[in-house]
Amino acid sequence: MAKLQVNGKTYTLDVEPDMPLLWALRNEIGLTGTKYACGIAQCGACTVLVDGKAQRSCTLPVSAAEGKPITTIEGLAVNGRPHPVQEAWVAEDVPQCGYCQSGQILSAVALLKQKPNPSDEDINTISNICRCGTYVRVRRAIHRAAGKV
Amino acid sequence: MANRETDLSRRQIVVTGSTLAGGMALGFFVPSEAKAAVPELTARYWAEDAGDSREVNAWVVIGSDGTVTLRCPMAEMGQGTGTGLPMLLAEELECDWKSVRVEFASVNRNIRENGVYRDMLTVGSRGIRSTYEYVQQAGASARERLVSAAAAKWSVPRIECEASGAAVRHKPSGRRLSYAELVPDAARVALAQEPAIKQPKDFKLAGTRQLRLDSAIKSNGAAKFGVDTREPGQLYASIMSCPVPGGKLATVDEGPVAGRRGIKHVVKLENAVAVVADNYWRANQALKALKITWDTGAAGNTDSQQFAKDYRAALNGPMVTARNDGDAKKVLSQSSRVIEAVYETPLLAHATMEPCNATVQLKPDRLDIWMGSQSALANARMAAELAGLKPEQVYFHQAYLGGGFGRRSNGDELRQAILVAKAAKIDQPLQLLWSREQDMRADRYRPQSAIRMKGALSAGGALEAIHIESACGSIQRSGNPSAAANGIDGTAVDGIGPAVPYNRVPNWYTGLLLKNTHIPVSYWRSVGGSQNGFYMESFIDELAHAAGKDPLAFRRSLTDRPDSLAVLAKLEQMSNWHAKLPQGQGRGISLVDNHGAIGGHVAEVAVDSQGGIRVTRVFAATDAYHVVNPNLVEAQIEGGVIFGLTAMLYGEITVKDGAPQESNFDSYRMVRLADAPDVKAELALTGGMNEAGKPKWGGVGECSVAPIAAAVANAIFNATGKRIRSLPFKNIKLTQLTSL
Repeated sequence: MAKLQVNGKTYTLDVEPDMPLLWALRNEIGLTGTKYACGIAQCGACTVLVDGKAQRSCTLPVSAAEGKPITTIEGLAVNGRPHPVQEAWVAEDVPQCGYCQSGQILSAVALLKQKPNPSDEDINTISNICRCGTYVRVRRAIHRAAGKV
Repeated sequence: MANRETDLSRRQIVVTGSTLAGGMALGFFVPSEAKAAVPELTARYWAEDAGDSREVNAWVVIGSDGTVTLRCPMAEMGQGTGTGLPMLLAEELECDWKSVRVEFASVNRNIRENGVYRDMLTVGSRGIRSTYEYVQQAGASARERLVSAAAAKWSVPRIECEASGAAVRHKPSGRRLSYAELVPDAARVALAQEPAIKQPKDFKLAGTRQLRLDSAIKSNGAAKFGVDTREPGQLYASIMSCPVPGGKLATVDEGPVAGRRGIKHVVKLENAVAVVADNYWRANQALKALKITWDTGAAGNTDSQQFAKDYRAALNGPMVTARNDGDAKKVLSQSSRVIEAVYETPLLAHATMEPCNATVQLKPDRLDIWMGSQSALANARMAAELAGLKPEQVYFHQAYLGGGFGRRSNGDELRQAILVAKAAKIDQPLQLLWSREQDMRADRYRPQSAIRMKGALSAGGALEAIHIESACGSIQRSGNPSAAANGIDGTAVDGIGPAVPYNRVPNWYTGLLLKNTHIPVSYWRSVGGSQNGFYMESFIDELAHAAGKDPLAFRRSLTDRPDSLAVLAKLEQMSNWHAKLPQGQGRGISLVDNHGAIGGHVAEVAVDSQGGIRVTRVFAATDAYHVVNPNLVEAQIEGGVIFGLTAMLYGEITVKDGAPQESNFDSYRMVRLADAPDVKAELALTGGMNEAGKPKWGGVGECSVAPIAAAVANAIFNATGKRIRSLPFKNIKLTQLTSL
């Protein structure tokens, strides 16, 4: 049995310790906002916050995530109010297909926690892939959210 | 809000019933910043197949609370038609945009009601330009019914009534009835004739800058993609197709997965093996553990090096004439200034972020399908045939598409899901999900091609003749060798034959030799433009250079089309074209006619001493004549630049022993934030009417992919004097190229 703390709730799951967190979230808990896209920690679509840090959940075993607070895209809003990064995302109309955006947003949240007013070079450290090519607006939205996280 | 929640619960219960308690907060939010400007969109999005008692017609539902629900016949894969088409409906309906919600039109109903939603085919940048008439008509027709119902209720002449703000007003008396009050009567109105649709000059909503409807649910995890389908009792399948396209399954040793947790079935198909389990990861792990052998046939001896040689050699083969103005051969033979170059481009994968997947539930008298598809209607019909059911027994639940780009049309993943369900007799919901590796290696790729370009210049540097010979994979012939019987596949000559932005080149020959291998090829965002745009516009640059002309001025001399000239003028101004760049930087321009729009780019690059380049800025101008939502058109342009730049810099699928080699984003690299240029997109709309007297609408989903490779290659030439004639750029060592 694995105990996971996700978005403030505790889930006790009967899963293998080496099951990647991604599949525990998507298939066992039913939180589908975290996406599968590469399975090898390349693209970042599966990004979640573990202990406040951006982690690629497709290669992170459940055993390594136990006991640490995990935040997925579904848990980012507080009392129904969207996170400032989510607000910036909508204001800039960042998403196109939207599939990578949960990961983009959580990567941005983690960056802004570290660097509340990031430079363009700081933003370049986010390596999440967006196939629709929304990078121009991702950058704009991060600057817009700067100072609000 | 409260009403909407109540309204929705009836539908949402079906899809959310399977999620574990507390696992999923469905619902939706509209962030406070955007609240005033954005109508709401539900996370659950497909229409009830049975229709709705509050319908005015199949497209418009008006709730008793005044909520207007509009049905969208096209898929939403990021291109924004899911916002644009409802805007056109709302434009005609005369309702408050902020009160609108949208759902995807029912495929099943379209089958039962004689194509009321038409082809439901989201391809070819035609989401607006080939649908606006019937979508506007549906909105106008609903409005007219509401007005007629009000006139009848008041017993006044129809002409005394007008619609605005989701209500009908009787002008002489000032009486008013809301649409909500008129719905039951309006639905029964039989119109003597359909009202005329609005012309763009009369638009109030369409043509204005609006936020997209789905940003909020795509920013909080609520938007449902096909892969997010969770139905009660759902099983998961992971599949591997024969690595060599066309090959067959030989043997499977199931020993390694015997007794593994959660494994339900190992399913052998003719050319693939699938494992079905209670969790996708378990299925995929087991699949990887199987010992599988394949019968690859003769194709197993082919590779990329041979293909490249073959395509180049094919340039000497017999060409079929695709365009022939004047006498290009004669002008070339008599010209003293002939420029010639051979170019080539590789196979490319679509690499949608959401790997292909389909969820099916196959019962004796009913098939449910949950997936995101560019071709939902055709997929449903194909599925019916495969399942041995009637088309009206198929219920296709259209989901959001995590990228399309031409991949999500032919239903390969759906076909497999049904075959697996049939073979293993699974009547529970079954989600078949391609791993990234399967997705990349079982793709239908952008065709490979090679091309020989020749041009003749006059003594004064005027372009007198263009002569093109192309050897290109045929999309139509892929899987159907008897297609394109006359030797011309239209997409193969897109951008080098009829559709070019220039109309003042007196002699023009385009010859085509269609050449396919065992590797399947298909539509890929911008299609022929993705390679022909690179060839044509790099070569125009070569000619401009040989003529000693400014590349922008040279292009201007080749056309008097108002659209092409408008885009060139816009680029000149946006990019500050005539300003000098510092040493080590370069600027390149390109111009294409793609999917009915004119697109042009100016790219700026910085080159380092090692020959490394960085694309720093891209200015993109587009003339699509009329647009519904400039905000989303600009987003398409920005994204198209990046999509095309990835192909230019990195894109290449190689083949070894008959099998595509690249399998994930480590070997098939993408542009990321760090190498994404700043992109400035602007519209240069010339409006106008077509030959049929109807407003001109261009396609915008693909046009901006086609120009970027040439713009960047021309910028590299501008900076270094070195000409890129083969893609991707990653394979080129600039320092080893000869300066021209």
